[in-house]
Amino acid sequence: MITAKELTPINKKIICKALKRSLLISLWFVFLTFPIMVIKVNPIERTVSWRWGNIAYVAIGSFVISLLAKAWLVRKERAAAAKTAACPTRASIFHNILQRPGCRYPLAALLLGVALAFPHLFSTYQANIMTTALMYIVLGLGLNIVVGVAGLLDLGYVAFYAIGAYSYALLNLHFHLGFWAALPIGGLLAALFGVLLGFPVLRLRGDYLAIVTLGFGEIIRLILENWNAFSKGPSGISNIPRPGFFGLEMSLDQAMIYMYYLMIGLVLLAIFVVNRLQHSRLGRAWLALREDEIACQAMGIDKTRIKLTAFALGAFWAGLIGVIFAAKTTFVNPASFTFMESAIILAIVVLGGMGSIIGVICGALILILLPEYLRALSEYRMLAFGAILVAMMIFKPEGLIAGVRRTYCFQGRKSTAALQDDE
Amino acid sequence: MDYFIELFLSGLTRGSIYALIALGYTMVYGIIGLINFAHGEIYMIGAFTSFIVATTLSIYGFPLAAIVVVAGVAAAIWSSAYGYTVEQIAYKPLRHAPRLAPLISAIGMSILLQNYVLLAQTSDFLPFPKLIPEFAFMEPVAHVIGSSDLVILITTAMIMLALTLLIKFTRIGKAMRATAQDRTMALLVGINVDRVISATFILGSALAAIGGLLIASHIGQINFAIGFIAGIKAFTAAVLGGIGSIPGAVLGSLVLGLTESFATGYVSSDYEDVFAFSLLVLILIFKPSGLLGKADTKKV
Amino acid sequence: MMNKRMNKPILNVSGLTIDFGGIRALDHLDFDVQVTEIVALIGPNGAGKTTLFNCLTGIYRPTDGEILLACPKTGQQTRLNGLKPNKITERGMARTFQNIRLFSRMTVLENVMIGRHCRTHSLILGAIFRNRKTREEEQETIHKSYEILEKVGLAGQVNELAGNLSYGAQRRLEIGRALATEPFLLLLDEPAAGMNPQETAVLVALIRQIRDEGHAILLIEHDMKLVMTLSDRVVVMDYGKKIAQGTPDQIRGNRDVIKAYLGEDVG
Repeated sequence: MITAKELTPINKKIICKALKRSLLISLWFVFLTFPIMVIKVNPIERTVSWRWGNIAYVAIGSFVISLLAKAWLVRKERAAAAKTAACPTRASIFHNILQRPGCRYPLAALLLGVALAFPHLFSTYQANIMTTALMYIVLGLGLNIVVGVAGLLDLGYVAFYAIGAYSYALLNLHFHLGFWAALPIGGLLAALFGVLLGFPVLRLRGDYLAIVTLGFGEIIRLILENWNAFSKGPSGISNIPRPGFFGLEMSLDQAMIYMYYLMIGLVLLAIFVVNRLQHSRLGRAWLALREDEIACQAMGIDKTRIKLTAFALGAFWAGLIGVIFAAKTTFVNPASFTFMESAIILAIVVLGGMGSIIGVICGALILILLPEYLRALSEYRMLAFGAILVAMMIFKPEGLIAGVRRTYCFQGRKSTAALQDDE
Repeated sequence: MDYFIELFLSGLTRGSIYALIALGYTMVYGIIGLINFAHGEIYMIGAFTSFIVATTLSIYGFPLAAIVVVAGVAAAIWSSAYGYTVEQIAYKPLRHAPRLAPLISAIGMSILLQNYVLLAQTSDFLPFPKLIPEFAFMEPVAHVIGSSDLVILITTAMIMLALTLLIKFTRIGKAMRATAQDRTMALLVGINVDRVISATFILGSALAAIGGLLIASHIGQINFAIGFIAGIKAFTAAVLGGIGSIPGAVLGSLVLGLTESFATGYVSSDYEDVFAFSLLVLILIFKPSGLLGKADTKKV
Repeated sequence: MMNKRMNKPILNVSGLTIDFGGIRALDHLDFDVQVTEIVALIGPNGAGKTTLFNCLTGIYRPTDGEILLACPKTGQQTRLNGLKPNKITERGMARTFQNIRLFSRMTVLENVMIGRHCRTHSLILGAIFRNRKTREEEQETIHKSYEILEKVGLAGQVNELAGNLSYGAQRRLEIGRALATEPFLLLLDEPAAGMNPQETAVLVALIRQIRDEGHAILLIEHDMKLVMTLSDRVVVMDYGKKIAQGTPDQIRGNRDVIKAYLGEDVG
């Protein structure tokens, strides 16, 4: 965090104070976590194990984290004080690279090349993991429309994912509908539900909206769990066919790789569509809604309409990915669609940067791939997701890669606006 | 008729537990306008702490009375400590941030605390020691009301009374009411608003911990995930009564407890949770100010 | 300079009343605004001026009374009571806010482009496929917005985030954003608040220019010098009622007005 060079001018006293503070914090955490971290009882065998070693972990961990947090805040304050007047819109390094047309297209081509070659370079198992990550990219991009761009905190996003998955599962079960027919139906059904959910919650304030959407999400899951006649209850629906390729018979490996390419296509489509939406009349209206609802309405924007479009267009992607999910796992049950799933997708959007497409992509890759490859970490996955939500809000609310606004050049009186897409 | 009375009393018991948790939501909301999403986890931590302490003491052979007192006090202390810490870490730095930031941070805290208990303890359901004995004098009415129901009702009533007195007459209670009405004004007349906010979190957490102890002992088992659903239900109760209003939280909780009890008793228990969620959604949409709350006018 | 055609009101308010839980914030208010007229609304703090704006623009729903807006070009008259704010803006009346409400994390140009929203039409499919109509519309939006920014003197800062502008510039941007909705009546809520004398002078010139281009203006202002030099007519409010109305000269000598501002015992 702080290099030696930066340390020298800092007063020794401040460091002492910070150390003392961290020491106190660490003592507090030792006390705080004592019963739950140290004592473990076995009520059946009636034994108590005292795990004293955990005290050391807690003490050291909280000491170091509190020091790092303090250092970060000090640095942030100084940076803020240094640039008060001057610095306007500061684009990140990523954006600086991407803005240069000379870098942009070769880089995109390189990435696409790697993505296309991926299943041939690595095992099917790896491709399978990557497919999951790609699915979360699309989910993140969809939720990003609602949360990041339009500023409507939707905690029940997983419901649309469930609707997509179950619409394929059920349509296939009862009407033998194939994957390709179910794909648009799943997306459109989810979008329809997005509008249905959107209607009643339109008038609600931000935090109430969050709770109501959470409620909707849980209601959908509980209905799937309990309405046995409709959804086969907790045991779920199995034997859902994988997508076909002009009636070609495929081995499991081939099917996996096919799925991977399908997802690459879908990710590209999602990026294209979401990017265009963001930089349209509608996208600007969403941003205005996020910034100030009252001013937005006073400027002649029908907020009912744009809220509903945001819900519908966000839900659409979840529905599509729901169908893909059902086809990929060939099995769906309500346990896949808990609130935690919504929380993971939210964490992707928050970590990456609300309103930023590249941010969401990075967020999804980090949060989905990291626990897969660092197996030791996977146990701590949800713990880390929770911590990420808190830490991002405190330290970097704009996310890892903040969205940058599009800029325009005007030369002289009558000029075409030179467009630079920021994503 | 007996069945009706039984359902009625069990609804009251349920409602009083919800009330203990709902008060924390409503007090925090009244003062800083934040839905403390992590409050359900504070309740869960209260239940877990009392479980750990009670089981340890009973293994070492302490008498029941001592176990009850120590477990109750420990639960209240540690839950308050967690409540205070959560406020300091996740909400205090965000007091001037956009409205959604503290809510996202609260959701993060909730997930964090749940998984912390999961990792440090276990994901299994644990049998909670029976802290409330079957009283002999309850024998004649045992078919409609259990001893633990009685204890829960009496304890809750006493706590409510104490809380009312505290808020009406003590210094900190007055400071809380002042801060709830107008934070800037409270600051100007010399109230340490930060301290009032902390006190609110501590008080709310202690109440939730007592709720955790009582319900865990009543139901007889606990698990790291009990906070989520209990939190949502208590929040429903708080909103039903009018969030920000203390009598509203109690009223809302009793109404929710009774409706749930009758609905599961006479209709079906499959949709118990769906029922609570639907109620929540309906109130928020049609009467967001609740039974006793005030409608807030927007300032432009 | 101004081809005033009096006796053709574009805004006609009669008997406007609003209650907030027993408190009467506006009490049977009557007034009108004529074509290309600058009307100033003055009165002590809490007189109900901003409440009146919120009623006119549909943010509050009046308890009683009538608000009629007539388009000067077509002469078509609409009753504004109960219309949503966005519908009212579409009808040709736009506003600014007392406590600036810009979209601070959007650029200056984008803020003005938002104002064009209700005059443009492209939708989801247009956004995705970017067909010719959408592209042309987008270009038009950009150019019209840029012209407005030139008018309000912010052409040099098109790509700046609105939140980073100076206070005076933010006020001018709010005016520009409102102009982008193509109103014939512009409501300005304390446009000069917090401005230094130079900034105020620029603002006065801007408001004059806007009027000369054919807009009527209704403004709330505390800066009496600005009110007296700029306005054609002044409406004075106190405790939700209209207590006086007339030319600046008439108002200057009005006893009720002096009393309202300075208290009972003076005058």
